[in-house]
Order: sequence, then C-alpha cells, then structure tokens
Amino acid sequence: MKRELICIGCPMGCPLTVEMEGNEVKSVTGNTCKRGDVYARKEVTNPTRIVTSTVRVTGSALTHMVSVKTREDIPKDKIFACVEAIKDITVQAPVHIGDVILANVAGTGVDIIATKNA
Amino acid sequence: MKFYDIVIVGGGPAGLAAAASAKRAGNDSILILERDKELGGILNQCIHNGFGLHTFKEELTGPEYAGRFIEQVKELNIEYMLNTMVMDISADKVVTAMNRTDGMFQVQAKAVILAMGCRERARGALNIPGYRPAGIFSAGTAQRLVNMEGYMPGREVVILGSGDIGLIMARRMTLEGAKVKVVAELMPYSGGLKRNIVQCLDDFGIPLKLSHTVVDIEGKERVEGITIAEVDGRGKPIPGTEEHYTCDTLLLSCGLIPENELSRSAGVEMSPITSGPLVNESLETNIEGVFACGNVLHVHDLVDFVSEEAAAAGRNAVKYINQLAEGGKSEAGHEVKIVPVDGVRYTVPVTVNPDRMDDTMIVRFRVGNVFQNRYVAVYLDEERIYHKKRAIMAPGEMESVKLEKEVLKKYPDLKTITIKLEEK
Repeated sequence: MKRELICIGCPMGCPLTVEMEGNEVKSVTGNTCKRGDVYARKEVTNPTRIVTSTVRVTGSALTHMVSVKTREDIPKDKIFACVEAIKDITVQAPVHIGDVILANVAGTGVDIIATKNA
Repeated sequence: MKFYDIVIVGGGPAGLAAAASAKRAGNDSILILERDKELGGILNQCIHNGFGLHTFKEELTGPEYAGRFIEQVKELNIEYMLNTMVMDISADKVVTAMNRTDGMFQVQAKAVILAMGCRERARGALNIPGYRPAGIFSAGTAQRLVNMEGYMPGREVVILGSGDIGLIMARRMTLEGAKVKVVAELMPYSGGLKRNIVQCLDDFGIPLKLSHTVVDIEGKERVEGITIAEVDGRGKPIPGTEEHYTCDTLLLSCGLIPENELSRSAGVEMSPITSGPLVNESLETNIEGVFACGNVLHVHDLVDFVSEEAAAAGRNAVKYINQLAEGGKSEAGHEVKIVPVDGVRYTVPVTVNPDRMDDTMIVRFRVGNVFQNRYVAVYLDEERIYHKKRAIMAPGEMESVKLEKEVLKKYPDLKTITIKLEEK
C-alpha cells in the first residue's frame, strides 16, 4: 500500500511517498532530507497532535473563557472525541496555567490543562 | 505631566520583551501603556500551540508564551497601565494618552519604544464585489470571538486568503462544529506555513484552491453564498471557472499591516514596502530616541523573533539614555546603507553604523517569490563576504543574516552593504 504525504519539516513541503506492508514502513521516497523520513514514518504509523480549545470559566473578573490544551500529543483520530469531551465543561476561577481541567481525556491517558490564568 | 525614561507603547509580545530587557539593562524608569484590559496582546487569542520553540525550546500556546513574559515584567516590577489608549506621540517624545480613571494625561519620555503591532487588511482594502451583509469577518476577529468571547461567528464558512490566521481558524471553526467549505488563495502559493496547511486543512479534508479569489458575495442581510473563480497570471478572474458555495460566513485572511498612525503623526519616516518605520542598527527611527520593534516595524511569522528584536530595542533605548546622561549620543563612525536587490524585498534595519552597532547584528529580510537552491549573498561595497545556499526561500518565511562588527570595521570607507540572491 502507498501513502502520499506532504512533509511539514520546512517550507519546501516535499511530496513524500510511503510504501507500506501492513503496518510496516517499507520505504520513504520523495524526501530531500532526513527530517522527511522521520516525519513520514511517524505520520503513517502513529500520527499525533496537540489539541487546543477553550472552556467556560465562572467567577473571573477578567474573562469567561479560558484556553486549554492536551498536555501532550494525542492520536490524531481522537481529536474530535477530545473536543466533544470538553465541550460542556465549566470551571470555577481561579484557574492557573498548568491546572488540570480534565484528566485522561477520551481515554487517551493525557490530561487537558489550562493555558491561561483566569 | 509624568516623567519616565522609557515609555513603551503596547503591552504585547514586543512591548513586554522590550520592557524586560530595558530593566535588565539597568533602567528603573519604564512605563508600558496598553489599550486592552490585559497584557499579552494578540497572543491571548492565539490559543493554538507552536510558539516559543526558539525562545524556550518547547512548544507553547500563545497565552502561555505571553504568560511567561508577563511574569517577567511583574517580577521585575515594571510599571504598566491597562485600558489606556495612546492618542499622540510628539517628536520631542511627549506621549499623550487617556483612560477612564486618569482622563487625558501626558508623559514626557527620554526614549519611546513603538510596539503597537499590526492589524489585518480589511474588506474595504480588498475590492471584493457584492453586497455588504453581516457575516464577513477578518480571521483575527473570528479568532477573538471564538477563543475569548465564546461566540461562534457562523456555521458554514468560506475563507479567502491562506495566511496562517485563516488556516488556524479553519481548524478552530471545524473543531467547534462549523463546516469550512473551502480556502481560496489569490496567489499561486500559500502565505501560510506548510505545517498549518497539513494540520489545519488536510487533517480535516478542507480544500485549498490556489490562484482563486472571491468574485461575488450574495445575501443582503446575512451572507448566503460566495462565488469564487480562478485567476490568471495577473490576478484577473477567468470567466467560466466560477464555483458557488452556500455559506453564512466569509473569513478574510489577506495580510497584516503594521499599525503606524502614531508613528506617522510623530514624524517617523516609513518604508513603503514594510509599512513600518525605517530604522538603523539600534532599531532607532529617524527621530532620535524613538525605537521600533515587533510587528509595528515589520510583520513577523514567529513571535520568538519579535521577542529577540524587542529585547534589542530595549537594550538600545537604555544605551541611548545612558549616553544622554553622559552628554549626548556618540557621533563616532558613519552610516552605511543596507540595500536589498535581486529577489530581496526589504531589510530591517536599513542602515548600520559600524561604530555604534553591537558585536553582532541580525539583518532580517524577506524574498519576493518562492526560490529554490539560491544563494544569499552579502556584499560590502564590491566584496562578497557571505554566500550561503538555501534549499528553499518563500515570501512567507522571514530570512536573516548576521553582520559582525569586527568584519565591518575592517572596511573604514564602507558605503553600501548589498544583500541579494544569486543563482550560484
């Protein structure tokens, strides 16, 4: 099986072709440097993303929204489950950068933490 | 009248970094004037990650990056005023400002640091035909509404322009349940980072149409639909290529412009290319003691470089004030022009005095097109002193070269430093 990707390592944006056999990467072509190879292997076997969003906050004089993120990358196919899980959360001020807003979001083992004080 | 050594106009990333660095350089009389209700500037609404890789060696969100600098400013006990709008800066450095508690007031500064940032190009500057219904927002306005106010601007979205804010908002609105139908870009290449195209569009199957623009906006009260068309090499729509999308919202992400009304009325000379002040090696404008840094000087892609530039402006302002106390600015040396040619659109700064510069100085510039396998070359008059290959350069990615005082001082009659692209 072949997968076509665009490398995000630099503005060049090399078109990468990844040759797969099952879950195993056979070859990466189209990259002009090592970073393309590393990116392609990760992206086809275990693509992950940091997810950022906001939740409501009450009791803050400054704002009624506080920004949040997943503390680490989560699997790409969990992005929507993650957003759904935090959709209806309202937290009480004070909130500090790094506070856990929701533990183990969508069963990923990764916490949602605040990225702003409120 | 209040008196401060340094007044910094703007409490965003540039103003904060300039203040912290000025304080660390030994000045205790610094005032930041910020028009918003909190420090941090635009970073507060940039809740996505990717900030700070150069400065902190980790990937932070915008509010976290701002938070680190706000903490520094507070730890250093630097004075700041919020909800305070600067109305005027005079050539003799009297800053007129107002807020609800103090009314109108004036501050006499010895040095002023301009750190007002930039704003988005609005619909009025884009010449899009059609009605003027509700539902047309700049991408940054939509970003503020969604991320800070908690409102969704619409449900079905078309985006014109592939600047990074537009791409980021395509993902953000999708995650909040909107349907982003297409991103149209007038140019044959995107103005945004590759990473944003992949992670904000490709991840969600949002099409990017290059060499396309909006040719009609439908709807009288509210946007009801958008027609886009392909454009030819001169940006003219090609008849017969029109495509229609029903939608209730159009986001515009069509470029950023430094916000220099205050600088202009103070008499600061501007570059027609960057729309920012023309500055020397100290990031000082044509008005002695008035410095500029960050997006008000030229629009940056990375906040890390804003912080770095602003820190230099802060140090230079302190140096200037110290020289004033010692009887005035040093008259040593002479000014050398930095000239961009052959693919290089502009440089910041535009002049350098080798006697007054620090040991090293970063010259930042942008190229005018996408170039592969070109060399960046630096000439001191006729002599090439730097020649380095770059695999790729694009208008959306700021480039830089470093000049060394030691090298420049070897050329006492130096008149011009030329920065250009060469094929070999």
